[in-house]
Amino acid sequence: MARISKEERKENIIIMALNLFSTQGFYSTTIPNIAEKVGMSVGNFYNYFTSKDLLAKELILYISDYLGNEIQKINESDLSTEEKTHAIVKMYFNMATKRPEMIEYFLRVYLSNREVFSENCEGMTCVSSFITEMMIFFDKGVSDGDLHNQDFFSAFGLFMGYLGGMVFLNGEKILPEPINDYEQSISKNIYNALKTRT
Amino acid sequence: MIMNNPSQKISIMRSKLELKPRLLWLQGLTCNANAHSFFNLPNLEQLLNKFEILYHPSLGTEYSFEKISECDMVCDVLIFEGTFDPLLKRNNILMLNILTHYAHNAKHIIGLGSCASFGGMFKASSPQRNTGLIFNESLKEGPLLHLEEKVINLSGCPIHPQWLGFTLNMIVQNRPIAVDELHRPLELYSHLAHHGCTRNEYFEWKVDSKGFGLKEGCLFYGQGCRAPMTHSSCNKILWNEVSSKTRNGTPCFGCTEPDFPRTDLFSTKTNMSIPADVPLGVSKRSYLTMVGMAKTFSIKRLEGKLIDYKKTD
Ligand code: SF4
Ligand code: SF4
Repeated sequence: MARISKEERKENIIIMALNLFSTQGFYSTTIPNIAEKVGMSVGNFYNYFTSKDLLAKELILYISDYLGNEIQKINESDLSTEEKTHAIVKMYFNMATKRPEMIEYFLRVYLSNREVFSENCEGMTCVSSFITEMMIFFDKGVSDGDLHNQDFFSAFGLFMGYLGGMVFLNGEKILPEPINDYEQSISKNIYNALKTRT
Repeated sequence: MIMNNPSQKISIMRSKLELKPRLLWLQGLTCNANAHSFFNLPNLEQLLNKFEILYHPSLGTEYSFEKISECDMVCDVLIFEGTFDPLLKRNNILMLNILTHYAHNAKHIIGLGSCASFGGMFKASSPQRNTGLIFNESLKEGPLLHLEEKVINLSGCPIHPQWLGFTLNMIVQNRPIAVDELHRPLELYSHLAHHGCTRNEYFEWKVDSKGFGLKEGCLFYGQGCRAPMTHSSCNKILWNEVSSKTRNGTPCFGCTEPDFPRTDLFSTKTNMSIPADVPLGVSKRSYLTMVGMAKTFSIKRLEGKLIDYKKTD
């Protein structure tokens, strides 16, 4: 059997840790819990991450890079601003369905336990790849004359707050339909709210 | 920039005239600002003494404009200040004819200021018609296009006196002048106006200036500073030998570039708070990543007044 590389093991730890943190909470999950899930000794675990806080930081970087890469692909495509809006919504809801632990971690751990991230992840440091791509999306939308020129965070909050809210409702099993059914109407709402006013 | 117009006539040594390159200064549509700026060159008299000045509109020179407009002599160095207007007449003769005659025979042609280089400020009076000598903004559509290898553009609104001083000295010494694709000397225009600004540290940490004329903060984020996108040596060869616009708390307007004058010179154009233009050669993605990081940290020393800061922790 092929040996698992160090990188693959690290990725394994990240996936297991995301699952545990997002289901059991940050404080109730211990390093021995994670090591056990991955099937390694606690001693060996420390060869990969030297503390739980550093692991927490790596996880948010991992999610931000994942989102950033996905949005970068959309930004670099030939789609119109309206189509890009739809593509971002679709990608986000797909991620919520296929990799729910990532969004859960973001909403329930990163945003709810800011003290954990105050030292290593000040401000936008750990979510920079994601925020940067959203900036590029908005900048292009305005320079193409499609989006209304306004404060970045007002627009960002409207877009991402809405998506986060829907994913939260979905996670709480409040939505009557599967989340992907809302993709069309939500991307229309977002685009209509952000588009140039005539 | 404050410049004094010299009241005294510049005395020009007339000896050995025959050995000196003959210099002619013509004007298109202009406010004379390049001439005024040039008169502030500290060693002006020494420099002018290296030339036989056939004609200059503000100096007592060998010939009158009437004589020059007869086009029965030639010059070695032709300086053309101002925008070229194909319908402009002086002494009832089309400037186009006078310019063509002297340009054809000159060894060097200097397009002086952004008007002569790209159309500049005076292009606005007739944007369809007026151009620079070889460029219409950045398009090659000017009247001296066929002589472009002889043309050196010194863009600026106005030019710094040393820029013309450097160029004339190089010509007198028969030294080659390497130019960029817009025909501007690389020695003067390969720098950005941003290089050497005393506010560079504020730019790096993304600390905005709270207003004009302050010592603190960078003018890129709110006040429209174009220096990171502008080729010029304004913060390297200082104005009046002491300062520059940006050092004084006024934004660079990008006056050396073909798209000058732009509108809204005192504010930064943004798309959803993101600068529409980012420093030259930097991708927007790299720029935004860097800004996101820098904005995260607050550097106490850079937040208050420089003179109030007492500790260095
Ligand atoms: S004020 Fe202008 S020239 Fe000075 S650092 Fe800021 S951007 Fe650069
Ligand atoms: S600082 Fe900018 S606007 Fe001012 S003279 Fe230099 S290039 Fe022109």
